[in-house]
Amino acid sequence: MLELVEATIDLAQVLAAVQDPRAGASLLFVGTTREYTGDQRTTELHYECYPAMARQQLQHLAEQARRQWPLTAVALVHRLGPVPIGEASVAIAVSAPHRAAAFSAGQWLLDTLKQQVAIWKREQFADGTQVWQHPDSSGAGISATPSPAHD
Amino acid sequence: MTVHVLLFAAAKAAIGQATVAVELPAAPRVADIRAELQRRFPALQPLLARSWIAVNQQVAAVDYPVAASDEVAWIPPVSGG
Repeated sequence: MLELVEATIDLAQVLAAVQDPRAGASLLFVGTTREYTGDQRTTELHYECYPAMARQQLQHLAEQARRQWPLTAVALVHRLGPVPIGEASVAIAVSAPHRAAAFSAGQWLLDTLKQQVAIWKREQFADGTQVWQHPDSSGAGISATPSPAHD
Repeated sequence: MTVHVLLFAAAKAAIGQATVAVELPAAPRVADIRAELQRRFPALQPLLARSWIAVNQQVAAVDYPVAASDEVAWIPPVSGG
């Protein structure tokens, strides 16, 4: 299950998608819209993507994870459009025969999705302002190029 | 050669369109696209400097050649998840 959806993510379905009799461990990560960052109050996040690129990238991430760790299944679902406080914007599920691979792969999938996949969030604050988030990952300019890249 | 660059997020919001047509020299490379976007939208130069250019949905290096049939996109720093 590798999906971009425009409605509430069915978290039970994401976890069910990685169930496998060969798995001794299943992991579900859920990213949700957080209300407070320091003193700043967020009222909503809005996500946009480049669908053709994001879909390929999710596919590639899942393939890379399965090459790097012994996994039985991977599911990646990202929500688009408005995501209110407390609701899920992203769900990542992995299953594996043993838990170490599930924990490691799950963290890697989220971290890499956040660095590479062509999805952007616009944050709306309590004062009504809206800001597209374009983080500077390292402060050194263009961040790590996703692979595969054209040379 | 005219290339239509897909726009997203803050670039799309600032320019006010989903795509922008840029005129390029013959046998252009990604560097030429960056230079032309910089010339057309100087206020967006800081964002552009931190952005990727994707050709056919893959991030491309500055010397990558661009064909008329390629799909080009301005990819600002991503913020999914």
